[in-house]
Amino acid sequence: MSDITTPQTADAAAASTTPVLTVDGLTIGIGSRKNVKSIVKGISLALTPGRIQGLAGESGSGKTVTSLAMLGLLPSNAVVGGSIRLGDTELVGMTHRQLNEIRGRRIAMIFQDPSSSLHPQLTVGTQLTDHVKRHMKMSSKQARAHAIELLDRVRVPNPAEALARYPHQFSGGQRQRIAIAIALACDPIVLLADEPTTALDVTVQAGILHLLRDLADERQLAVLLVTHDLGVMSAIADDIAVMRHGEIVESNVRSEIFVNPQHAYTRELLASLPGAAGFEEASE
Amino acid sequence: MRKRRLKIPAAWITPLGVIGAVIAIAWVGIAFTARLWVPFDPLSQDLPRLQAPGIDTLMGTDALGRDIFSRLMTGASVTIPLALMLVLMSLVVGTLIGAIAGYFGKWVDELLMRLTDLVMAFPTVILAMVVAAALGPSLFNAVIAAFVVSWPQYARMTRSIVLGLRTQNYVMAGRLMGFSPFKTLRVDIAPNVVGPILVLASLDVGTAILLLSGLSFLGLGAQPPTAEWGSMISAAIQNFDSWWIGLFPGLAILTVVMAFNFVGDSLRDIFDPTSQVSRAGARS
Amino acid sequence: MSELLEVSDLVIEYHGATVVRAVDHVSLTIAPGEVLALVGESGCGKSSLARAVVGMEKPRAGAVTYRGSEVPLLGVRRRRAQFTSIQMVFQDPNSSLNPRIRVGQQISEGIRAAVERGDEGSQPEEWLERVGLPIEMVARYAHELSGGQRQRVAIARALAARPDLLVADEPISALDASSQASVADMMRKLALDAGAGLLFISHDLAIVRLIADRTVVMYRGKIVESGVSDLIWNDPVHPYTRALISAIPEPDGKGNLPAAPAADAPEEWRMTLPEALDRA
Repeated sequence: MSDITTPQTADAAAASTTPVLTVDGLTIGIGSRKNVKSIVKGISLALTPGRIQGLAGESGSGKTVTSLAMLGLLPSNAVVGGSIRLGDTELVGMTHRQLNEIRGRRIAMIFQDPSSSLHPQLTVGTQLTDHVKRHMKMSSKQARAHAIELLDRVRVPNPAEALARYPHQFSGGQRQRIAIAIALACDPIVLLADEPTTALDVTVQAGILHLLRDLADERQLAVLLVTHDLGVMSAIADDIAVMRHGEIVESNVRSEIFVNPQHAYTRELLASLPGAAGFEEASE
Repeated sequence: MRKRRLKIPAAWITPLGVIGAVIAIAWVGIAFTARLWVPFDPLSQDLPRLQAPGIDTLMGTDALGRDIFSRLMTGASVTIPLALMLVLMSLVVGTLIGAIAGYFGKWVDELLMRLTDLVMAFPTVILAMVVAAALGPSLFNAVIAAFVVSWPQYARMTRSIVLGLRTQNYVMAGRLMGFSPFKTLRVDIAPNVVGPILVLASLDVGTAILLLSGLSFLGLGAQPPTAEWGSMISAAIQNFDSWWIGLFPGLAILTVVMAFNFVGDSLRDIFDPTSQVSRAGARS
Repeated sequence: MSELLEVSDLVIEYHGATVVRAVDHVSLTIAPGEVLALVGESGCGKSSLARAVVGMEKPRAGAVTYRGSEVPLLGVRRRRAQFTSIQMVFQDPNSSLNPRIRVGQQISEGIRAAVERGDEGSQPEEWLERVGLPIEMVARYAHELSGGQRQRVAIARALAARPDLLVADEPISALDASSQASVADMMRKLALDAGAGLLFISHDLAIVRLIADRTVVMYRGKIVESGVSDLIWNDPVHPYTRALISAIPEPDGKGNLPAAPAADAPEEWRMTLPEALDRA
């Protein structure tokens, strides 16, 4: 794990914009004082507006924990070291109250399972407008108009009608769109997406991928896409970092990762894909 | 491979659990050996009456000149074995009925569960009083009365666990391999019911002691001159000035009930399904 | 009858507040030594069909016939020996193994089923080896294994019963991406080595096409397309199959977004296209 590959062919567009969120030497351990299990071992990442940074890896690689750390959502027995900077603000070591200001407003997150991130007993409208009213100090009328606009933006059909309905009345794909709308409600600059399409059918996934790509492009959102699915990575990620056992083993622009992988583990992942050369050989 | 069996799980070593276990074991030890070492015959009335605690009589004497310390210790050998027997009886009968109801379902379930509902609809002590009154007051009848009211909770709990287990994939896999209903219960279901039932049983020992003492207190259990904690407290009511007559049996009941509750609580922590999930490995 | 399994005109309904027809007049067959894949998205009825095949679901109409006799419902009574040669691998590896019994013993139960049927006996270690696990694992408990290892043990247990028909309900979807293809491939090989038929249920057409001789695509309880796997993958005829295949993102690093369907569930996906069925 010593041969960490650094990006050689830096994309011109990436170089021109400054990162909005920088992770530097992040370490995360979980456990009691005596017995801390190291989960993330010094990783560095930079999210830039308009670009989707992919974080690939298998279960147990520490990728989800990394994204939770950016929101300060780790369990209380977690020990965090290193630095996570949002603009000039250091997030590591912040109090819960300070983090609450940032969570949802500047950094928003969407999860794998949209049905568990939406409140089942509140209407979609309530969930959208409450958020807006609290954080952006809008009147009810303004908030409602804003909510309709958001639902329209994430392409939920009949947005005005949808406001009065409950999450269970929507399909899984529509629920994820609603979750994205809520995440976007306060105009964040960073969006963390943890396996946003894993629980969805492929035909539905395709639509969500289009939406995420458009949002990054149009709103100049900086997106962190956490997924194990290299197909999804290939479709929308601009840069990809490959994680394994809490370390980033390779980080580069998308095309380099797929076409010219440097690290053995990246090659292994690519070879395990159905239809990859490695797999055909294995099935002889 | 044997290591797991021999190692005492860390969860056992909670302060309350250890204290509870020590007190409970001490009381059980006293219960089985008290007759051999108590200083006086618990039934002989040779000592001065209503003597306050002192050097000769550690806990004083009662209105009939009997040594309270000796009566208390031999009282343990009346109440504790009976309480344990009561719990064992309710456990066996209740678990069996619950397992049959949960596993066979349909009308068997309906019939057995309506029966337990019927029993549970009565207030415990009242029903026990009815049974004790019908059969005549004696310690053995009090046990029968307490048994009638205490098996349904085991049936309820077992049934709900079995209902959950019945559709587990490994139970299905066993059925597909031609397991007989009995083998399914023995191999796939029983081992997974044991933990929660043991917890319930250890918590129930305290309740059983309270119930038996309560019935004796009301005159429906142990009859004079038997040394029994409940009836000793009952006798104390006639001699309110002599605080020691009622205090020590009261303390005995308190310590033994609390001890078994502590043991039960720490057993609950050990068998807690959520603690098992975390042992089985969390996601990244 | 040459077919191992015959599902004819099967209907499965769930009666709750409303009647939900999960499987709607579905027919299919599996021959010995054949791998048939059943593909579709969530709620298409593929799992209900799988459960009906082993007798865990009661058909509303139609029949499931195994070697010429109808598969009995898996009730309280003991399953007759002639049907213990139907085995199943489940989706969730976490609930597939008994948490209180050692891995070796659980595989032994499969072996016992084979012996009771008059088949050859074997040792648990052999099966662990065959599914690519170290033989020391016989002494382990399920919670000491990873999800992938548990699923391999579940496969070993099913195979130890020497099935003639193995039904696998999404056996790889809970596994890490890097082991999905190899486990699927392993299941094909082991089933075929034993001369068994394999009914492989999955939502992942990309993996299924590599291991299945024939593929059946289901949508909303009905078969919309079926036939030789390569034909369906390379030249899909039904609009739903086309949408399904073109929605799979290609892991080529080119940044191409997969085609998304215009509507949530276009009406055309529901149509019956006779030429899309039994393609050869």
